[in-house]
Amino acid sequence: MATYAAPIPQIVAHEATPEPKGWASWITTTDHKRIGIMYMVTTFVFFILGGVEALMIRLQLGLPNNTLVSPQIYNQLFTMHGTTMIFLFVVPMMAGLANYFLPLMIGARDMAFPRLNALSYWLLLAGGIVFYASLFWNPPEAGWTSYVPLSGINYSPGGGQDAWIYLIHLTGLSSIVGAINFYATIANMRARGMSWGRLPLFVWAILTYSILLIFALPVIAGAVTMLLTDRHFGTHFFDPANGGSALLWQHLFWFFGHPEVYIMVLPGFGVVSEILPVFARKPIFGYKAIAASTVAIAFLGFLTWAHHMFTTPIPEAILIFVMLSSFLIAVPTGVKIFNWIATLWEGTIEFKTPLLFCVGFMSLFIIGGISGVFLAVFPVDWQLNETYFVVAHIHFVLMGGAVFTIFAAIYYWFPKITGRMLSEGLGKLSFWLMFIGFLATFLIQHVIGLDGMPRRVYEYDNVGNLALYNLISTIGSFILAAGVLVTVINVARSLKTGAIAGPDPWKANTLEWFTSSPPPVNNFDTVPLIRSYEPMRDIRREIEQRTSGAPAHGGATVPTGATQIGV
Amino acid sequence: MSHLLPPTLAFFTPQSGGSPNADQIDSLYKIVLYAALVIFVFVEGALGYALWRFRARKGAVAAQIRGNTRLEIGWTVGAAVILLALAVLTFAKLSSIQNPVDSSPEGEHLVSDKQTSNLYASTSRRQPPSGKSLEITIVGRQFVWEYIYPGATEKDGLGAPYSYEKMVVPTETTVTLDIVSADVVHSWWVPQLGGKFQAVPGYHNYTWFKVPKPGIYRGQCALICGRGHARMIATVEAVPPAQFEAWLARQKKLIAEANADAAAARAKLGKQVGAGQVENP
Repeated sequence: MATYAAPIPQIVAHEATPEPKGWASWITTTDHKRIGIMYMVTTFVFFILGGVEALMIRLQLGLPNNTLVSPQIYNQLFTMHGTTMIFLFVVPMMAGLANYFLPLMIGARDMAFPRLNALSYWLLLAGGIVFYASLFWNPPEAGWTSYVPLSGINYSPGGGQDAWIYLIHLTGLSSIVGAINFYATIANMRARGMSWGRLPLFVWAILTYSILLIFALPVIAGAVTMLLTDRHFGTHFFDPANGGSALLWQHLFWFFGHPEVYIMVLPGFGVVSEILPVFARKPIFGYKAIAASTVAIAFLGFLTWAHHMFTTPIPEAILIFVMLSSFLIAVPTGVKIFNWIATLWEGTIEFKTPLLFCVGFMSLFIIGGISGVFLAVFPVDWQLNETYFVVAHIHFVLMGGAVFTIFAAIYYWFPKITGRMLSEGLGKLSFWLMFIGFLATFLIQHVIGLDGMPRRVYEYDNVGNLALYNLISTIGSFILAAGVLVTVINVARSLKTGAIAGPDPWKANTLEWFTSSPPPVNNFDTVPLIRSYEPMRDIRREIEQRTSGAPAHGGATVPTGATQIGV
Repeated sequence: MSHLLPPTLAFFTPQSGGSPNADQIDSLYKIVLYAALVIFVFVEGALGYALWRFRARKGAVAAQIRGNTRLEIGWTVGAAVILLALAVLTFAKLSSIQNPVDSSPEGEHLVSDKQTSNLYASTSRRQPPSGKSLEITIVGRQFVWEYIYPGATEKDGLGAPYSYEKMVVPTETTVTLDIVSADVVHSWWVPQLGGKFQAVPGYHNYTWFKVPKPGIYRGQCALICGRGHARMIATVEAVPPAQFEAWLARQKKLIAEANADAAAARAKLGKQVGAGQVENP
């Protein structure tokens, strides 16, 4: 046992300099917490915009042969929806969470490059503004995948496609700058004693997220640059009539696009790995296996891109290789699910809202993972690809996967960011509306796809039960939206009236709960020596031991004779 | 929509019944479905049980377990074994999905199919063991499917009979398809006749089907190709061979008549203004 005097969690004395106030202080800030808040607020606004687009799509599809929107507007809607949710919500929201919590979790004062950090936020905002400015001219309409030649100048002459290209460039730059910053911060600024084996699992996830971004983004940056020069400067990279290849775009896009899926879900996995142990009051089951499976998923994620291209003219050997590599990636993903269930096993589970969202995520992600196996079997994919089955699958893994974990993170970390608790009642209402709405919207879409409805069609004939199924899906989407709205209301109310949280309302395990809520500008006055991957638990236990025997206020559920924490 | 399956099962399965490859995909799908259902019940069940059984109760104490190497290796290997089994089953089914079967004796008698020089020479098109199939070239274009039949009368495939949107094929006859695109990427898909395949400009993509009995099979372009994507429908009508021959003959006649009319109109126009001045008649 270490011989130093353990600090007490409640530290009150802070740097004397007062926190700067006013609008200008936000624009000029390099504080990772403020940048993190700006990230989260901005991306949530884009989430609402993308959500409104989704509701308009569902309204159009609520009735067969509906004429609510024109085919042009419909194509613009699904293009904007997909692009917004991926590039302006999930990926940067994860960056926002990491911005705020990564330095706190590793006991750092700020990010490694604070001004670069501000740059990545402003690049993101610029990308979003450029993209949404196209609303006033010609929004893009070639889908978030922007397959050539449809996205070429001959078939998409409008400037919206160029706005899309600049969005990819600006958010890509933002992400790559951010990723390098995260990597440098994790590599160099960890608290004393925090070896790689004691890194919080969320930090492991952000480390992997960063490496994936650094490898994948240059590929899409190159691809969209080639698209831009094809469109405006007379090159023929993707033009089959002049020696180019239309398939090349699909390869480049998905070489980025598949790792992008893991860029979106791995941080969410990290959030779940942090939250489950706290509310099960039990250590994470198989820390090493979870960290290792994160890295394994990231590596394998670069070998599976062609499973988005099973119906293109590609050699059979590639079909077989990609089916096997896609199967292989299901193994570490399954390992994570099993480890999370084992974490809950024999715990004492407190059903607080963050836990509910984590469990909701798990139950939905299991379905998304299983439907992914169907799609990996390439002859089966020949029937399912480009149908609503795929739409259901991506929403189970990205909405059920990433978005539910983002909501778990909001409920879990809101007290740290604002110093106030969110309402549990509204939180639970929000969860159940979102969970039930999600299932109603997307479960039936598997059947819509099996019944032969391709995705991205603005109308369909009333064949079989398609009208009924689509109506169910549309009603579900509005229940889902109501759930999101409840959380927005919850946040707005709790900012002013929420119960005071205190530094560690959940009796959590990681270092961000060691400082006050909200944390001061300098984060910590002292950083304790890290002796395990659960530093706050160690601290609570020491306090208990020092107050000898009396069931202390913190970590009261630790039984006598519990497993010794590895030093 | 899938008429040959009991409705409850059809709810969970892709469409089939129009061609052997679609039926084989359907049976492979069902194997995956059964495995998936078992895994689904097991994993969601374990999750649900854990949530109910280990909810926080008065006096309950959380067990401080940090892992179990044997258990963890066990479920890693278990997951890998299930997926390996699925891979083996896929390989077992693959040839019956990919390789065309022979036409039946009652199918179209494909006598001199080598008189046809296809519009696009397709050396890599899979043929049935007999080497004979009705070779149809599918051209995707915004926003209509064009079908080019064998029977070109001039070089470069010109003069071959063709049709748009509706493809008429003989029953009990193996049809091999060469899928190409004239503009953007499309995806050929008639669910009951098997999987979908992209029409990528500059590439050839191949598939096949063999319809056992007369009927109409509907599909549509499956890949976003522009504003008219939803209207780019495909219909395959299977008719007895004799009827098919009659249809093809009529199609040829209609095309010849239209060509003759066009030639006459061109000649008339040429006389009126002088052929040299007609840039693009």
